[in-house]
Amino acid sequence: MFTTPTELKSEYDVVIIGAGGHGLAAAYYLARDHGITRVAVLEKGYIGGGNTGRNTTIIRSNYLTPEGVKFYDASVNLWQDLSEDLDLNLFYSTRGHFTLAHTDSAVRTMRWRAEVNKHYGVDSELVGPDFIKRACPSIDISCGGHAPILGALYHAPGAIARHDAVAWGYGRGACNRGVEIHQQTAVTGIEVKAGKVTGVHTTRGTIATSKVLCAVAGFTPRVTDMVGIRTPLYIHPLQAMVSEPMKPWLDQIFVSGSLHIYISQSARGELVMGASLDPYEVHSTRSTLDFTETLSAHMLDMFPFLSHVKVNRQWSGMADMTPDFAPIMGMTPVEGFYLDAGWGTWGFKATPVCGKTMAWTVANNQPHELITGFSLDRFRNYSLTGEKGAASVGH
Amino acid sequence: MPCPVNGLRAISEFICWGEMRVSPNPDTCTDDEWADYVFNRNGSPGIKREWWCHTPSNTWFIAERDTLEDRVLRTWLPGAEP
Repeated sequence: MFTTPTELKSEYDVVIIGAGGHGLAAAYYLARDHGITRVAVLEKGYIGGGNTGRNTTIIRSNYLTPEGVKFYDASVNLWQDLSEDLDLNLFYSTRGHFTLAHTDSAVRTMRWRAEVNKHYGVDSELVGPDFIKRACPSIDISCGGHAPILGALYHAPGAIARHDAVAWGYGRGACNRGVEIHQQTAVTGIEVKAGKVTGVHTTRGTIATSKVLCAVAGFTPRVTDMVGIRTPLYIHPLQAMVSEPMKPWLDQIFVSGSLHIYISQSARGELVMGASLDPYEVHSTRSTLDFTETLSAHMLDMFPFLSHVKVNRQWSGMADMTPDFAPIMGMTPVEGFYLDAGWGTWGFKATPVCGKTMAWTVANNQPHELITGFSLDRFRNYSLTGEKGAASVGH
Repeated sequence: MPCPVNGLRAISEFICWGEMRVSPNPDTCTDDEWADYVFNRNGSPGIKREWWCHTPSNTWFIAERDTLEDRVLRTWLPGAEP
């Protein structure tokens, strides 16, 4: 599927750190849309082995801020044609996405989101318990009496996709256009002279370049330290798990902020389940029993009949969180150092639009209009993009 | 997590309140220094001193923790650093 380049060249036009979905998508669009093909993507592990392969693959655009809604909706539009574009079946599957509300204040936020969404042309509405029960008869609408479901934000275009294939498709597309993907190549330093990027040190030698795009999620603070940029990012593990496979019974995607859970059923029949962040900073991908227990207990509130179902695997990814739950994208105080970070718990769905807008930003050396609300500057100017109300679960 | 008052307790009984930081003087610092204090964090892994609270007993204390290995090295009550 990929050609493996034998050696690092001494110079590239652009170096991308991180061969996850975001980095590879940026490489793909740099080559396809901007004709920039002297590009190296450096990856210290393997393609798609970070958060691209660790998320729960939910795709939606029912966000809260105008900046967010426009941005994620552009992503959903790209997703819908992406299998054809990459000539690879991404198992893109439109399911319908319910964000459940168990309290009056949650209903109020859902109503707010629905109105913002509709204003920007996104299919999104507030629905009642009857609608939810009709769509998914297996759900216990009272959640065992603990937290009765009062309504939901229903987003019909909500979808899931095969996450690994996204990295492979973008990687192959970039490779075919001349981009080099160097796996097992860690960045150890970035050279900055007079405020400008001049090169990158790696475990396989030094490269001269004037443009570096950093797309490394939970490793971002370690890379920004190399160029002396301070950010508000803090790293917490985000865990997930899958059940044993079963016959298809769950068509939709369900999210409950109050119960801190989200669930969908994959094409393989496994239930893919996630919860909120681990509550304190850890820079590793360890799993905990606490997580499995809490998530399972809440899952049984919603779907009591799952009590005999076994958990097959659990894992964790390192989420780079921002204080306003919006990403950090674009230019930085170091000329030639571009940041695609702060993807916390919401990065997978943005993969196509991130690739597209970051490629444009790198090629034109100015922020794409869709990402101006996500600049690192906002934390100097107190102009935050408050997206916490649209985070999948209360964190 | 070893609480300095209650001894070793389950981690679920605690809340982490983040790294100990020194506030710049708001009357004399620049706007950039203040914004840096408000928003920016030391996000890289390392051995950090953090505020923790044992919630059932409302005991606030300081923990020195390796955030790469998730290992607590030592804990103490404020002002009583061993």
